[in-house]
Amino acid sequence: VTALLSLAWVFLPLSLVAFGGGNTVLPDIQRQTVLVHHWTTAQQFTEMFALAQAAPGPNLMIVPLIGWHVAGLGGLVVTSLAKFGPSSVLAAAGVVVWERYKDRPWRRRVQAGVVPVTAGLVAASAVTITVATLAGPMTLWLSVPVVMVVALLATGTRVHPLLLLGGGALVGLLGYVL
Amino acid sequence: MDETGSAPSPALHRGPGIGPLFLGFLTLGITGFGGVLPLARRMLVQRRQWLTADEFTELLGLCQFLPGGNIINMSVAVGMRFRGWRGALACVCGLILVPTAVVVGLGVLYSRFATNPYLAHAFAGLAAAAAGLLTSLALRTLAPLRRSPVALVIVLVTVVAIAVARLPLVPVMIGLAVLSIWLRPLDRPERAAASPSSPAARP
Repeated sequence: VTALLSLAWVFLPLSLVAFGGGNTVLPDIQRQTVLVHHWTTAQQFTEMFALAQAAPGPNLMIVPLIGWHVAGLGGLVVTSLAKFGPSSVLAAAGVVVWERYKDRPWRRRVQAGVVPVTAGLVAASAVTITVATLAGPMTLWLSVPVVMVVALLATGTRVHPLLLLGGGALVGLLGYVL
Repeated sequence: MDETGSAPSPALHRGPGIGPLFLGFLTLGITGFGGVLPLARRMLVQRRQWLTADEFTELLGLCQFLPGGNIINMSVAVGMRFRGWRGALACVCGLILVPTAVVVGLGVLYSRFATNPYLAHAFAGLAAAAAGLLTSLALRTLAPLRRSPVALVIVLVTVVAIAVARLPLVPVMIGLAVLSIWLRPLDRPERAAASPSSPAARP
């Protein structure tokens, strides 16, 4: 029960501040999961994140995965509710009041002001996950090029993300076998 | 089916019922690998025509403004619009049902085979690729800000506070958001990435 409470305590507040989507809260999820609660190691966290990225559907499916990892089915339910509940209630309320404030200048200023913070948080996610990756079992001679090549391909071309993830896994495997 | 609907505010014109909403978002959850939003647009606007292109863009703007994943918020907004809170619940559950099952299945496989060195290295490669995808997302998010110095300073401070100093997110985010909104007039308003063509930014 303590584990369930800590899971809820970690993910409930994050649900409400995840402006700009789930990836903005990823560094804090990592900090709390790895540094504060020691539910996983940094490497495990990165691999779970990668698994969650390989699954279909919304971003940040790592959250229910952490819940499952920590406390089984109960953890899964608690983290799912904590992650999707509060922001969804807020979204529902938002739809109702949206019409009223749509064209107010302060709304545009707030929206534009939040953008750099969102971008910074996504960049922080990339830094956190990349650093954890480079500390993993793969040699740097392989992991650094994989990160860079995938980043370039995903930015400059329309290659399917799943293909890039599969390619990364293949490189990791071949690097060990050969 | 019951027609109580508890209509929030928008008109319940030609609205889909709870069942179709659930099924629509269930399909979206199954098919949406690596970025559901383009697929959501195709389903909502083109295939099922629940929303016009303008309505979709407007709802997306709202979803981006609210906390939480855009696609989750979009499902809530669509459900809410047509069938009130029950519709919202149906849409969210439909959306996350299959992905949750898949991710747990992958997690079980992972915890069973993580000690196998072959798989450990395959997972490490997968993780490196995921880091690359995230880096790409960060680059694309940063691109529209590259000519606004104030925004870039905010970005830099955010990265250092979160990724280097590992400070807790909530206070950092609130502090920097307030700072960023306050400093906004220093950057030219037309650089404001999220709100195109708004001449009204003069509070």
